[in-house]
Amino acid sequence: MINLKSFMARQDILALLILAAVIFVAMPLSMDIFRLNLFGKYLTYAFVAIGLVLCWGKGGILSLGQGVFFGLGGYCMAMYLKLESSTPEATAIQSTPGIPDFMDWNQITALPWFWEPFNSLTFTLIAIFVVPALFAFIIGAAMFKRRVGGVYFAIITQAIAAILTILIIGQQGYTGGVNGITDLRTLKGWDIRSDEAKYILYYVNGALLIGVLILCQFVLQSKLGRLLVALRDKEDRVRFSGYDVANFKIFVFCFAAVLSAIGGAMFTLQVGFMSPSFVGIVPSIEMVIFCAVGGRLSIFGAVYGTLLVNWAKTTFSETFPELWLFGLGALFIAVVLVFPNGLSGLYRSYLAPHVDRWIFRKPPEEPSTGPEPLGTPAYDPEAVTRPAE
Amino acid sequence: MKTVTSNTDFLLAIENLTVSFDGFKAVNDLNLYVDENEIHVIIGPNGAGKTTVLDLICGRTRATDGSIKFHNRELTEMREHEIVREGVGRKFQNPSIYEDLSVFENLEISFPRGRSVFGALAFKRDAEVIDRVHEIADMVFLKELLDTQAAFLSHGQKQWLEIGMLLIQDPELLMLDEPVAGMSVSERKQTAKLLNEITKGRSVMVVEHDMKFVEDIAHRVTVLHQGKILSEGSMAKVQADPKVIDVYLGH
Repeated sequence: MINLKSFMARQDILALLILAAVIFVAMPLSMDIFRLNLFGKYLTYAFVAIGLVLCWGKGGILSLGQGVFFGLGGYCMAMYLKLESSTPEATAIQSTPGIPDFMDWNQITALPWFWEPFNSLTFTLIAIFVVPALFAFIIGAAMFKRRVGGVYFAIITQAIAAILTILIIGQQGYTGGVNGITDLRTLKGWDIRSDEAKYILYYVNGALLIGVLILCQFVLQSKLGRLLVALRDKEDRVRFSGYDVANFKIFVFCFAAVLSAIGGAMFTLQVGFMSPSFVGIVPSIEMVIFCAVGGRLSIFGAVYGTLLVNWAKTTFSETFPELWLFGLGALFIAVVLVFPNGLSGLYRSYLAPHVDRWIFRKPPEEPSTGPEPLGTPAYDPEAVTRPAE
Repeated sequence: MKTVTSNTDFLLAIENLTVSFDGFKAVNDLNLYVDENEIHVIIGPNGAGKTTVLDLICGRTRATDGSIKFHNRELTEMREHEIVREGVGRKFQNPSIYEDLSVFENLEISFPRGRSVFGALAFKRDAEVIDRVHEIADMVFLKELLDTQAAFLSHGQKQWLEIGMLLIQDPELLMLDEPVAGMSVSERKQTAKLLNEITKGRSVMVVEHDMKFVEDIAHRVTVLHQGKILSEGSMAKVQADPKVIDVYLGH
């Protein structure tokens, strides 16, 4: 058993417990399976947002192409599921039975070689981790070893997202094109479209998210976490302290990529399809907004930010579909101008002092001598009436 | 084409070093030697190439020609972090510290252990690290401020912190670029005392404009002018050199 307390402060454990209670108890009790499935879909985006906290918030590496890795994970899963549902019996009416339907529509007569290994679930599960990690490693090594960073890196990741989308759409016979890979039914014979399966997948997704949060907390509390912050601040100083800076950037970029891919794979399982509309530029930027709204320095904030933006998106686009994009733009501007540290920044300035005092019996911190980095604390009416401790 | 050079008894031997930026030779055929346990100060007018020399040694700028040997090992072929691991520490002109981290964490990151990705993940803050951080913090006058976020330090304290971050690496050659710039008179005195103390067992190269401070610390002075050595020797000798008075010190 891992000792959580060695790398999690009491505040972090509390945050984890609250989130676990929301995911495992509050939401399943208060929602029907349709809404819960939707909520589970939002949670898959949270994996990407958490990865961005490490990569962008802590390490200062802004990737505008995280949809690529979300997509790679999602497509790996979808390829397996598609092959399983494309048995010769189920596809008997096709001119070539036993291959996915979209291939048949595109006059392809044999399964392409790169689809073959996805007949194996073990291979697929490994590929969900290895393919995005390898791809991120190649991009990272090519960029960071040459000291490409900042805006240039962001633009290049953006370009990669665009290229991959075009590739997927263009190679319709191999990828399902713009429709994506649809009509996924079973996983090892287990019907993933039933209500029961949706509940189980929702809980698996939630458990993975909690696991990922613990893992990220471990990484952030290690010296590597502090090195990321140091890198963001003074890259040269880290380099001239004897560190090979590029390796650390490659690591965190690959780490974030793998997290995104887990989210993508869970998305495919819960939603039942994967398409290029989750890979390209717009979804990649939306994912950065989820992270920014939650607060790019807090992994818990990123989860709530993702949920909030997606809830707003669903609510508004059901009522005023044409206004949603304006709303999203306004939200991003508001985050940049009014609360640069997002929801978690607001929490830390306004709520955390009370939580610390009432739950942890910790005296409020001495006012620091310099400017408050996270905004000014709120007026505290209880401070006047609170008995002296 | 690199010049082939012989081995020397010096800790650092710079021979025929040249760097040209689009034809402009910032450092031109320079020969410079640093002894063990020596405080070697480089002075000279603006644009003389002082900082460029430090950049060349630590690998930030690549030499066009010539050699830099440290313990008779060629530095010009190595990457920055490899040069650091050879035992060369470099302080930048502006205090270069991690503002979002505490003084303790700043020093801890510089502690020479767990420098690989997985080493950093497995790094443990054990007694050895804590003792060493306290020892260094004591030397650089920051013992009381270990938990303070580095952004809240005064300018002079930031300079000291960066010197401390280098000391914790225990380099054999320490390069300081204008360590007392922007410091008050009393901070300057403390820094001079600190430098005299830390030079035990290591060599220090300093780039500095403050002549009073140079007099306090220098064992040997090199005057650079337009990428070349104008004069070299003790402070008294250099100060009396008419060429130096002409281009730098003034009449």
